[in-house]
Amino acid sequence: MVALLRRRLGAIALHTLLIAGGVVMLFPFLWMMLTAFKGQQQMIQDPLGWLPDPWRPENFPDALGMMPFGRAYWNSFYIATVVVVATLLSASMAAYAFARIEFPFSKTLFMVFLLTQMVPSQVTLVPLYVMLSKFGWIDTHWALIVPAIANPFAVFMMRQFIRSVPVELEEAARLDGANRWTIFTRIVLPNVRPGLAALGIIVFLGSWNSFLYPLIFLNSEDNYTVPLLLSQFKGQHGGLNYGLVLAASAVSVIPMLIAFLIGQRRIINSMAASGLGGR
Amino acid sequence: MTSSTLPAPPRETAESRRTRTLSNAAVRASKARRRREQGWAALFLAPQFLALAVFMLVPFGFAVVLSFMNWDGLGDKSWAGLANYREQLSDPEFHDAVLNTLLLGAITVPVGLALALLVAMALNNVRGKTFYRVVYFLPVVTSSVAVSVIWQIILASGDLGLLNNTVHDWFGITLPDWLDNENWVMVAIAAVTIWSSLGLNVVIFLAGLQAIPSHLGEVARIDGAGPVRVFRHITLPLLSPTIFFSFVIAVISSFQAFDQIYVLVDPKRNEGARTIVYQVYDLGFRDFRFGASSAAALLLTVMTVIVTVIQFRAQKRFVHYES
Repeated sequence: MVALLRRRLGAIALHTLLIAGGVVMLFPFLWMMLTAFKGQQQMIQDPLGWLPDPWRPENFPDALGMMPFGRAYWNSFYIATVVVVATLLSASMAAYAFARIEFPFSKTLFMVFLLTQMVPSQVTLVPLYVMLSKFGWIDTHWALIVPAIANPFAVFMMRQFIRSVPVELEEAARLDGANRWTIFTRIVLPNVRPGLAALGIIVFLGSWNSFLYPLIFLNSEDNYTVPLLLSQFKGQHGGLNYGLVLAASAVSVIPMLIAFLIGQRRIINSMAASGLGGR
Repeated sequence: MTSSTLPAPPRETAESRRTRTLSNAAVRASKARRRREQGWAALFLAPQFLALAVFMLVPFGFAVVLSFMNWDGLGDKSWAGLANYREQLSDPEFHDAVLNTLLLGAITVPVGLALALLVAMALNNVRGKTFYRVVYFLPVVTSSVAVSVIWQIILASGDLGLLNNTVHDWFGITLPDWLDNENWVMVAIAAVTIWSSLGLNVVIFLAGLQAIPSHLGEVARIDGAGPVRVFRHITLPLLSPTIFFSFVIAVISSFQAFDQIYVLVDPKRNEGARTIVYQVYDLGFRDFRFGASSAAALLLTVMTVIVTVIQFRAQKRFVHYES
């Protein structure tokens, strides 16, 4: 009886703690949504009033009309998609070579891959800018896609997944005369589908949310990605009209949050497994 | 490598001669096979390796060269020797940037990881994990720019700031102007950073906790160990590899903080928010001093490598790996 009561009390204490934390996690989103409906008048006279008075849903079409958000969405989406496809393919190819093919200096080369990950990406910022302007890629999406493909972490992660595929599967195919490419596409890739999905999610989020590279490599509004457009929007229309800025911010966040809620189990498990989160 | 596969025949008989020619043929065949394998390896490695070489290794080398030069990106380059490094190392702005970066790490790493461990351990013992996991994870999938825009109005000074006005109205306490005060701005940035990365560390720790067999704790409890001792002698050692990994990543990402700082408080307005990466950005893309910017970036690399090496050295004493 006492033990049961104690366990109950313990559970209540834990839930109280977790709910308090949860409120801290959720409250900023709630405040964003409420502020997004507030008019400029209210932001000046009573910015801390809980509910919008009057409600101004016009903030949303107004914000969308001021800067090309639809365009930015498309840009972010297709850039992230191309980066994901190219990274998954090239990284699992390299990972397959490291996991299953014997070649000289295999270990050394793998170490080089791992070490390059130690270099902060900010170090290559200036040289990359100089190189990309030589290529004529500044203010184009090439600048965000091609360099992003180099991803030693993705190689490392895929190597772990490929090593868990039984070698016997490959050997059977080799006896049937299949070459390495056939084995890779027909046997290895289908067997690491969960790994590919996990890595794909991480790479997608990394590309979608990245800010520093778009900030430096893109100039014209039509090329902006969502985070860059939002930061420029804030700079240009900020001032006191925070209702508008937060409407823009909500527009930039909500579709991603919906996608997250739909795929939450898979997304969270992927990030937990990688322990890195693509940043 | 090739010769090691050749068997050395003990004495020459008809029988052994036949085996030898056979094995010579086999060696030739295996040589051809190996060459073919190497061809495949090259093919499979080519795309990633090319991307890595062109977009990481070459720029890194270029950064090293640039750091010894003066260049604005357009005019002539000229050798500067160690001048850029000397300048950064004696520049008060760079000193502030290093101190601010270290301060950010000193707050976000221990506080962030301890909170994450606390939440993960609470989650490990309650129902409704899925719900809580989603709630705590929301900020992780939100872009750092949006996070900063939201927090800016919560932390703002003056009439707009929700936090300070609420605390003042309810408790009569006047809090510092987080984003405008040089001494407090790093604390505010650290808080936002912790808020936005907490969920990631929580789910990583939770995955680690769930991999610990529950019978270990039960056995210890039957033997009379209290919850504190179970935590110290069972949970913590078994979780230590996970904690170590998160620790290394957290330190590195605190060294690379930029987005939240750029959007939340432009250090142009509040010098207290200048970090090393901001210094790199400022020198490179506002002053167009590519040499000085590269030197600052390389100093950051050196700092990262030193701290990471120290961590890996220290892990032998604190991290428990199962054999």
